[in-house]
Amino acid sequence: MDTLPPEDDVTNLIACPNCDTLHRRTDVPPHETARCVRCHSVLYRAPDLRLSRVLALTLTCLIVFAIANAFPIVEIEVQGIYTETTLVGAAWALYREGMWLVALLVFATTVLFPLSQLLALVHLITPLSLGRRPYAVFHVMRAIEFCRPWGMIEVFMLGVLVSLVKLSAMASVLPGVALWAFGALTMLLALVLSYDLRNLWIVIDRTPDPDAARATPSRAVKR
Amino acid sequence: MRYVSARDAGLVACGTCGRLSRAVKTLEKARCPRCGAVLHQRKVDSLARTWALLIAAAILYIPANLLPMMQTRSLLGNSSDTIMSGVIYFWTSGEYDLAIVVFTASILVPMLKLIALSLLCFTAQRGTGWKPHQRTKLYHMIEFIGRWSMLDVFVVALMVALVNIQSLAVIQAGPGIVAFGAVVVLTMLASMQFDPRLIWDQIRDDDTEQDDHD
Repeated sequence: MDTLPPEDDVTNLIACPNCDTLHRRTDVPPHETARCVRCHSVLYRAPDLRLSRVLALTLTCLIVFAIANAFPIVEIEVQGIYTETTLVGAAWALYREGMWLVALLVFATTVLFPLSQLLALVHLITPLSLGRRPYAVFHVMRAIEFCRPWGMIEVFMLGVLVSLVKLSAMASVLPGVALWAFGALTMLLALVLSYDLRNLWIVIDRTPDPDAARATPSRAVKR
Repeated sequence: MRYVSARDAGLVACGTCGRLSRAVKTLEKARCPRCGAVLHQRKVDSLARTWALLIAAAILYIPANLLPMMQTRSLLGNSSDTIMSGVIYFWTSGEYDLAIVVFTASILVPMLKLIALSLLCFTAQRGTGWKPHQRTKLYHMIEFIGRWSMLDVFVVALMVALVNIQSLAVIQAGPGIVAFGAVVVLTMLASMQFDPRLIWDQIRDDDTEQDDHD
């Protein structure tokens, strides 16, 4: 390495998460992407700080999520006998058979992780859009990153469609309210998840930290 | 052109928020000045952990494919379905597109993940400079498609919940589903443990400058 950047310059640099190559941050025009010169992965995008838009989408997701979980997804009828199931009912059916590990997996990937992620987003964005720092902001950011790969609503949606075809061979299948809700939820979640969390870091940096001013001067000095 | 990595510059990027800080050797764990996460130059024991999870997944891949996923008891008799017999059922009943979807998600994707991650680990361990761009793309692909293998687990959960008509037909989950779910989770964990920066660490973009570097 030829020259080390001076200490205060470090925040203007960015390392590619995929190949560790150092870059100097420059402003990118809206809707454009800064890519790594070496491995061509995305470094960052033009900041999109329309927090209220994300908040509105997240709240809509929560409402649709509630509908999707409260009503049966499908009902089948075989010779006058009807059975139906909700999402939690499907996990419960596995649990009843002693497959509690798989039941937990289904519950976690379709209910627990997506729900925690949505609630965490609301927890972060509501105070941030009012110019305040959310409680435990860094822990919640880490939790969102953790939940992200494990939320599998869209995979579940495909699973429902495959089951519908399988079942239609042996029974008449009546789609329930939650089926449409899951369809809508898949699309809404895709919109929410497409929001780059790096934008939130920008907002968090700009939002003053009341604790730092009051209790810990060391953090303020380090910046 | 020569590229300077953050590590060469004596910097370390936070794994959570991406902020760079100076790498200092201290007795305590270094923490990110912005978000307080513990800083690591590279993911800790990346290759050893990825290998361990991969080997476990590869072992479980065998019972996942051989043991029945579903057991159907009906008036017409009992039958058990493995993953492959489910695909064959769709294919013979003329649902070619669904047969392809299930085959891809349940058989092809887990197998490709195992092979591709082994390849990435092996090449990163050997420190080869072989096609780093393609290897990075392969890693991103693995991260993207891994989740879709859960498809069969969801299908079984729904079938078990719905087809439970005591006098006519009952579907029960078979032991294969546990092994299969474990394969999906283990391969996802393995790809999370792999550090793509290891692909690039050994590569000198300009060979003439290789000598003055290390």
